[in-house]
Amino acid sequence: MMIKEKAEELVNLINKISKKERNLMEFCGTHTHEIFRYGIRQLLPKNINLLSGPGCPVCVTSQRDIDYLITLVEKEDFGVITFGDLLNVPGSSGSLNKLRLKGKEIRVIYSPLESIKIAKENRNKKYILIGIGFETTAPSIAYTIIKTKEEKLENLFFLSLHKLTPPAMKAILDMGEIRIDGIIGPGHVSTIIGRKGWLDLFNEYKIPFVITGFKPLEILYGLYKLIEIIEKNEKQLINAYPSSVSEDGNKKALELINQVFMIDDAEWRGLGILKKSGLKINEKYKNLDIKSYYDYKIETKEIPGCKCGEVLRGIFKPTDCQLFGKLCRPDNPVGPCMVSQEGTCSAFYLYGGENE
Amino acid sequence: MSEEIVLYHGNGGEGTKELINEILKNFDNDILRKLNDSAILNLKDKLAFTTDSYVISPQFFNGGDIGKLSVYGTVNDLAVCGAKPLFLSLSFIIEEGFLFSDFKKILQSIKEASDECDIKIVTGDTKVVEKGKGDKIFINTSGIGIIENENRDLSKRKIEKGDLVIINGGIGEHGISIMLERLGIKVDEKIKSDLAPLDKLILPLLDKFKGVKFLRDPTRGGVATVLNEIANKFNYEIEIWEEELPIKNWVKEASNILGIDPLYAANEGKVIIIASKNEGEDILKFIKQNRLAVDSKIIGELKNDGNKVYLKTEIGTRRIVDTLKRDILPRIC
Repeated sequence: MMIKEKAEELVNLINKISKKERNLMEFCGTHTHEIFRYGIRQLLPKNINLLSGPGCPVCVTSQRDIDYLITLVEKEDFGVITFGDLLNVPGSSGSLNKLRLKGKEIRVIYSPLESIKIAKENRNKKYILIGIGFETTAPSIAYTIIKTKEEKLENLFFLSLHKLTPPAMKAILDMGEIRIDGIIGPGHVSTIIGRKGWLDLFNEYKIPFVITGFKPLEILYGLYKLIEIIEKNEKQLINAYPSSVSEDGNKKALELINQVFMIDDAEWRGLGILKKSGLKINEKYKNLDIKSYYDYKIETKEIPGCKCGEVLRGIFKPTDCQLFGKLCRPDNPVGPCMVSQEGTCSAFYLYGGENE
Repeated sequence: MSEEIVLYHGNGGEGTKELINEILKNFDNDILRKLNDSAILNLKDKLAFTTDSYVISPQFFNGGDIGKLSVYGTVNDLAVCGAKPLFLSLSFIIEEGFLFSDFKKILQSIKEASDECDIKIVTGDTKVVEKGKGDKIFINTSGIGIIENENRDLSKRKIEKGDLVIINGGIGEHGISIMLERLGIKVDEKIKSDLAPLDKLILPLLDKFKGVKFLRDPTRGGVATVLNEIANKFNYEIEIWEEELPIKNWVKEASNILGIDPLYAANEGKVIIIASKNEGEDILKFIKQNRLAVDSKIIGELKNDGNKVYLKTEIGTRRIVDTLKRDILPRIC
């Protein structure tokens, strides 16, 4: 059977079982991106609302952390090594890219281990690698930190902006600003933390939860299972992405995280400070943590008019923001949700939103 | 001769002479031999004239090098306008410290490529800049071609609703393979740039079919960008079909990891053909005989009035394919 026919079959099943209006939230930027890229909303019945939660790592990074970084690079002579998404995120004033244009050394990498090579080749210059992302990217940053210590490199430091997904989900559910009937569980994060990683949250809230993959048929299948258990009123935590997600997760990756990081409170854009929601570099690796050398008190200014916070909580659609598509566009992003490819505003803008 | 090119080679004196002699050794012809300040050319047909600068890094890559690219790139710009490539200018900006041996390899490549395309290098220049003021070597070429007959003149063809969009093979191979090489990811032989000269594919096609209405090579910005340009230029909505897009598996896999849509990745041996509905299938059959077009496909059509490009996905939905709105950057998750 062709993909198209399989998709039709799943859509028919969904249409058959779907009765009431349901709000389903995805917590992964890749889901947001793929749902738009494949136009999946067009296939669903009108009573199914897909909401995008705080699943894009760049988007949830607080204004304070971005400002800290920009202040640091402006004041001190560090080269910055970063993933590309962060380059254009606006701080209260400027962005890393603007600093690059002013002559600061800002290097974009794909693999964190490249940072070790850069630091070795330029021993007279000090570098910071920015660790950003959820449980998915933290292990590779942890590994890089371990290697840096092993190799006794003295010119490479780390800024950890890593965050944990379950606390953000808990925060959204606690806020209760919007009714959420079911959760499209993030496939990548679950690959690391396993189905088990969601059990505490699931047991506390008893909300239908389906861990879902990323190919169009996997997304449709995940949605089908989720709608099915909601309609049957079954509180279940289902792994619908078993080709990648196991019960226990990736033990090696979790060990790396535990070896290097400790759980700490963290500030999220749109959600504020959430208890035990971030990863801080632990005592053993403290001398590689840039924050143990420079701890500025940062006064942040909100970006006037930007509704990224509301978008991240699922209470605003990008089109509800006055800046969307006018002042704020991918080529001139005002807020972070328009910067990252995985941001909800960017996906809405690039793929025509719900109108198409 | 020294191992590296240094400022001495750009001083206009003996060093420069040494460098120029090295170049001339490769490209001797009656026009260049005169070494006038300008090349004097005798031409009577309708001319096409184009220029492009090549700044690629790495300079040597799987499937080619900056030398071949600087010839084929300009040849292709002429060919898509129906022009037979005749004359080429060749200018180098070399960063001090660039290895002479590498420079010679590039000259050899340029020689092979220009011989292959029957294009004569008739004028040129070299400059050497200080270390740190360039990135090893930049090349600029300009090309002149002639539009030999009425059939090759596309300027009066009328684009219509129902016209088909054809591409001569795999999408995104140059951009994605270069990205992988830059990352230092070890690549096997099949992962390479699609760099190729298109004149011998395009000119016979134009001679045979009046149903070829418009041609463009989807280089920087990729297929998505060129289709948007076409949609805007002719005021038609274009729909392309995901199922029909020829994208090799390695391109799909790598672009997934890199977070780059192959539709936006550069091609260097591809041409987008807008063809009449009537002749579309025949055109496809004809070009498939050429080794540069065996994987050709009809990938879409011009629909209603409009100026946007849409993709019909493999699951049957439709979404917009916008122009590139940001730098191509890696995803972080």
